[in-house]
Amino acid sequence: MDHLLGLVGDGYALVAADRNVNHSIIAVKHDEDKILKLDNSKLLGCVGELGDTKNFSEYVQKNMALYALRNGCHLSTHAAAHFVRGEIAHAIRHSPKMCNMILVGFDGDSGPSLYHIDYLGGMHRMNYGAHGYGGFFASSLMDRLWRPNMPLEEGIQLMKKAFAEINQRFLVGGATFTLKVVDKDGTRIIDLGEQNNSMQT
Amino acid sequence: MARRYDSRTTTFSPEGRLYQVEYAMEAISHAGICVGILAKDGIVLAVEKKITSKLLENISSEKMYKVDDHLACAVAGITADANILINYARLAAQRYSLTYQEPIPVEQLIINLCDRKQGYTQFGGLRPFGVSFLWAGWDKNYGFQLYQSDPSGNYGGWKATAIGANNQAAQSILKQEYKNDMELTEAVKLAIKVLNKSMDSTSLTSEKLEIATVSMVEGSLQYKILDGATVDAALKELDLQPTETS
Repeated sequence: MDHLLGLVGDGYALVAADRNVNHSIIAVKHDEDKILKLDNSKLLGCVGELGDTKNFSEYVQKNMALYALRNGCHLSTHAAAHFVRGEIAHAIRHSPKMCNMILVGFDGDSGPSLYHIDYLGGMHRMNYGAHGYGGFFASSLMDRLWRPNMPLEEGIQLMKKAFAEINQRFLVGGATFTLKVVDKDGTRIIDLGEQNNSMQT
Repeated sequence: MARRYDSRTTTFSPEGRLYQVEYAMEAISHAGICVGILAKDGIVLAVEKKITSKLLENISSEKMYKVDDHLACAVAGITADANILINYARLAAQRYSLTYQEPIPVEQLIINLCDRKQGYTQFGGLRPFGVSFLWAGWDKNYGFQLYQSDPSGNYGGWKATAIGANNQAAQSILKQEYKNDMELTEAVKLAIKVLNKSMDSTSLTSEKLEIATVSMVEGSLQYKILDGATVDAALKELDLQPTETS
């Protein structure tokens, strides 16, 4: 029931995830943050099995911190994405992790990028992408409305449209979202205002 | 009993020295000289070919190795030892590339290799690797880089350096003649000049030299071993070609 979506715009990349945690028929909480900051210029949105997603994304975060300490420089988004993919591809034959991810980052030389990674170890660099049921609704919307070099404000508006579409058409509505951006200044949470206040625990 | 022998390589002498490591370095100072010079648009590695025989099959390179697309090295010391380390370096480079789909940063590979070299100065029973390297590489963070590493596991970055026989003489010439912002072509000439002054032989020919460059050609890195004709032309230009009287 998770929703995870992201897009690349003019000098930034956005990633959004729903905030629900469910167990069996119980809604455990409504304000979970499923997007982890990997370093100052990378965000990893991770949905799937709760234990796997937390465990794996923190594993990636700490490994990248270790890399930075050892080598005096951070991994590029490209390198981080391939590292994540490699770990997942290795895990699928040993201890599979139910993690579907969107990795967004900003690099000084190559600008923003988005990598769509699934739990089987498949990866694509994309301009926009989505995981989960929300993806069925958001993908077609982004197909129609995404265009290259969208300014940040338009990107946020497109994301809001996607959230509204998911909540209007998906059987299990009422999701609230976390939206984060990465650009040359680092990572930030985008305040979505009213929409999240109604569903807080 | 066995301890008497194997501990010897890795224990300090009463004066606080590691003799086996020092002996390994000594072995290198008898090897053919290798010179490396960093230019602004590339790096040149130049080595002395010690084995010259009419009967020897002309192999393309005996002391220069390409480790990855962005990294090459020159060897002074026991070539057999070098082969082991180069194999390891190539493996490490490909392993990094497999994990991150990016070429390994130059210094990272050298640290990795030097960790291994250091291990042989500390863990008993084995002798250290009897080789020094000059590494010429490029990465996106620091551009062109030249490193030297020795059997103790020490390494350092240089603008111009030399290893092998007469390396001190070579280094003092380099110190005098090296200029910042040198072009690669100038660096090649300087390397030849340094080799000429620090090699025993009186006349220099392309058969006794081997020169390789790492440079950027139309946006992609190129590792090139200069062919005999090019080297001879450079020798001629520098007036180092032996006069053909015999």
